[in-house]
Amino acid sequence: MPDPFQRAALATPPKLAHQIRGLSDRTIAWLFVAPTIFLLLAVNIFPLIWTIRLSLTNFRTNRPNNAVEWVGIENYRKILTNPDTWASLQATAHFLVWTITLQVLIGFSLAYLINKKFRSNDLWTTLIVLPMMLSPAVVGNFWTFLYQPQIGLFNYFIAFLTGADPASFSMIGEVALAPWAIIIVDTWMWTPFVMLICLAGLRSIPPSIYEAAECDRASKWRQFWTITLPMALPFLMLAVLFRGIENFKMFDLVVQLTGGGPGATTQLTSIDLKREAFEKWRTGYASAYAVILFVTVFGLASIYVKALNKVKDR
Amino acid sequence: MKNFLNGILHLRRGPWEMLATILIALGVFMLMQPFALILFTYSFLVTLIGTVMFIITSHFPE
Repeated sequence: MPDPFQRAALATPPKLAHQIRGLSDRTIAWLFVAPTIFLLLAVNIFPLIWTIRLSLTNFRTNRPNNAVEWVGIENYRKILTNPDTWASLQATAHFLVWTITLQVLIGFSLAYLINKKFRSNDLWTTLIVLPMMLSPAVVGNFWTFLYQPQIGLFNYFIAFLTGADPASFSMIGEVALAPWAIIIVDTWMWTPFVMLICLAGLRSIPPSIYEAAECDRASKWRQFWTITLPMALPFLMLAVLFRGIENFKMFDLVVQLTGGGPGATTQLTSIDLKREAFEKWRTGYASAYAVILFVTVFGLASIYVKALNKVKDR
Repeated sequence: MKNFLNGILHLRRGPWEMLATILIALGVFMLMQPFALILFTYSFLVTLIGTVMFIITSHFPE
């Protein structure tokens, strides 16, 4: 009784079998890889080249019959001298700096605590990690309720702490508070992620180093600054870069919470880009904007990969 | 510093990658800083030079 492979070989028409036998290993390998390469070119590379091409024209998607003119780097010049775009990048910078600072400080502190052995350690880890498992749409939706001035629990909590009237302020409706509203939600959602990376870093430190430090009578404070922090630093850097790249592209959570408002206070770059592309229909301009953001994220990603290799080498 | 300059002159990967990283970081800072519009205007150019330099220099010998 022939096995399945032999049966398949017998079932192959002689002409085709001859053709396959005539192929080299290298050609067969290329045949297997070709569909993936084709998909990669079609899904990633072609749209990128098309976007770069569009960024050099005045094309508008809502007027497909208009003549498309070649405008060179005019779109780039307009974007890079536009104070509104500059303002939206500053809003993004404010969001980035505060979310990363808070997430690293809280995330590292939580990782440091979780790394200690205590009862129900696993339960606490699971509870802390829960927010990052939720969809941004769900998080945006329920934080919108929490921030409601009339019924929101957040306002009542702040009122309990400060004595202010809960209905006297609106976290997502006031210019001064809206940027902080999105920072609080992003920090709540993504601190567990930073904590997990830091925890991996802390658990990779061999206990023998601490034992040697104990023998040398190094204080806990000195152990932290000379052992824990330097050895967890590559992981921290990784977390910072990863969150930096992710938050630079932040869209869903902010759209759900504030929609970029009030005014343009929380209009981050991705929201600004979406408005240029799909509300004002300036496709060429929006393509140039996308290329600028792409190059920035690509540059940051290059540093990220370098940092990742350093961590791997450890 | 001497090692860094030596590496730059002898087209070594480490110092060139470091230089490209500094340019990318500088470009990102210029893009998002709130101080001067002129820095914002030239930020893309600096980031682009840094990124292209990073891609090229990552193929240099160690």
